Amino acid sequence: MKITDDEVLHVAALARIRLDDDEILSLRNDLDKILGYMDILSSVDTTGVNPTHHPLPLVNAMRDDREQGCQELADVLRNAPQHDNGYIVVPKVIG
Amino acid sequence: MLETARQYRRYEKSPVDETRAFLEKIRRDTFNAFITVDEEGALRDAKAAEELLKSPDAGALAGIPVAIKDNICTRGVRTTCASKILSEFVPSYDATVVRKLKEQGAVILGKTNLDEFAMGSTTTLSIAGPTRNPRDPSRTPGGSSGGSGAAVAAGLCAGALGSDTGGSIRMPASFCGITGLKPTYGSVSRYGLVAFASSLDQIGPMAPTVRDAAVLFDAIKGYDPLDSTSVPRDYTPTNLDGIDLKGLRIGVPKEFFGEGLNPEVEDAVRSGIAVLEDMGGRIVEIDLPHAGYGVAVYYIVATAEASSNLARYDGVRYGLRANDALDLGDMYARTRDMGFGPEVKRRIMLGTYALSAGYYDAYYRKASQVRTLIAEDFRKAFSQCDIIAGPTTPVTAFRLDEMIDDPLSLYLLDIYTIPANLAGLPALSIPCGFDSLGLPVGMQLMAPHFREDLLLGAGISFQDRTTYHQEGP
Repeated sequence: MKITDDEVLHVAALARIRLDDDEILSLRNDLDKILGYMDILSSVDTTGVNPTHHPLPLVNAMRDDREQGCQELADVLRNAPQHDNGYIVVPKVIG
Repeated sequence: MLETARQYRRYEKSPVDETRAFLEKIRRDTFNAFITVDEEGALRDAKAAEELLKSPDAGALAGIPVAIKDNICTRGVRTTCASKILSEFVPSYDATVVRKLKEQGAVILGKTNLDEFAMGSTTTLSIAGPTRNPRDPSRTPGGSSGGSGAAVAAGLCAGALGSDTGGSIRMPASFCGITGLKPTYGSVSRYGLVAFASSLDQIGPMAPTVRDAAVLFDAIKGYDPLDSTSVPRDYTPTNLDGIDLKGLRIGVPKEFFGEGLNPEVEDAVRSGIAVLEDMGGRIVEIDLPHAGYGVAVYYIVATAEASSNLARYDGVRYGLRANDALDLGDMYARTRDMGFGPEVKRRIMLGTYALSAGYYDAYYRKASQVRTLIAEDFRKAFSQCDIIAGPTTPVTAFRLDEMIDDPLSLYLLDIYTIPANLAGLPALSIPCGFDSLGLPVGMQLMAPHFREDLLLGAGISFQDRTTYHQEGP
């Protein structure tokens, strides 16, 4: 298998990460090698095997619909990079 | 820890003096175990503990100074995950485990170093720089909970919390010569643990002895409605007297003693198993035929989960934000480029690839199916044995200047620890000997879901019989 620069850039776009040229090269090499190792899985017969997404058979966790306290707005906004009047400010969304 | 608790009650020591002594040791720390030390908070906790100790109901942890891995939220105290993207993040709430420790009077000294977002095996990939191994400062303490491991091994705290997604508690425990427990998935609340791979992450204790680890585990375990994967059941306190090993069936998987295992590590682990046998345990050879696929399964499943968990770091609500962006999308991409280190980017890319259209079936689905086979291997094995024993890691602590820079070789160090995470099983690492350089070797014990009593019981009895855990750096 050979990962191309275009594939690296496509995945980076999906992951919303900007990469410079050096990073593209090193990630292409790393992904190629790591994904090559993952190919050992293709030798395992998994016909009819259900996938496990969770180690325990848990069902939905329900709780009573009861009023309870919540965190202070000021505490939460303290971590926001930019906020105004109780709202978080972001760069323009539609150009 | 238990001795200190007794001394408090006899007024031979006070929590404030004890806390001051630990803070003084931390000030002189040359291993870089901590990212943030909270002197003010610790002394406040210690004063409160002195009040608490006047009551006969005060628990074993009252006034005991502990450290917390810096990916576990502490209200009002910076929680960085060793990442530039969260370098100024101050949580507005305590993780459930932190709340529980505080309620029981524990003193929180500060936050320990880790590999960024707990992704690594060396505790070198951190905004705070590398942590060094107190056994030999030229070597890594292991990772990703290497700050907690080093803090415990160097006596900078009485015990610590770490987190374990693929071995991040057990590996540093093994490298630093201490005890570390990865509890059953769902037995300790993950609320307030910064998510890496949600179906694998568990918080657990790291301590000088199994007894101390058991005291910490008892304090943090239990059902929590704030964690939807928390399991409601009766959590009984651990019997700190240990267990009688007579007739206990100890499974030894031959797959854990194959290629790649350092011969000196093998010798030490086999001698540890011989001690268990000498104490009455019955050795049973078992098969875990799919365990060898664990690393491949893990680095697909964990990175896939990480790629979606780490989508939240977008520069909007908290953390770093790139200021020179053209629009919102550009702001996300620049923020994430600036904020994440190379290993985190590598794993996000790998996970995004494994989940992307056209590759999902070949990677993520296939890995999840093999995960089922690994869990079934354990189910079959536990019909033949009560606990499983083997090595924690294939090697002992390696030198920081001989750092392996090939990511895949580092991933393969997790080969013995990953299967327990994939199957959600509890696993304990305890010191069982030393290599020819005097570096500690860890023995790993695994048990069926929620059978920490067997692991901790066997570990306590083992340490009552051996001195490996007392031989300090």
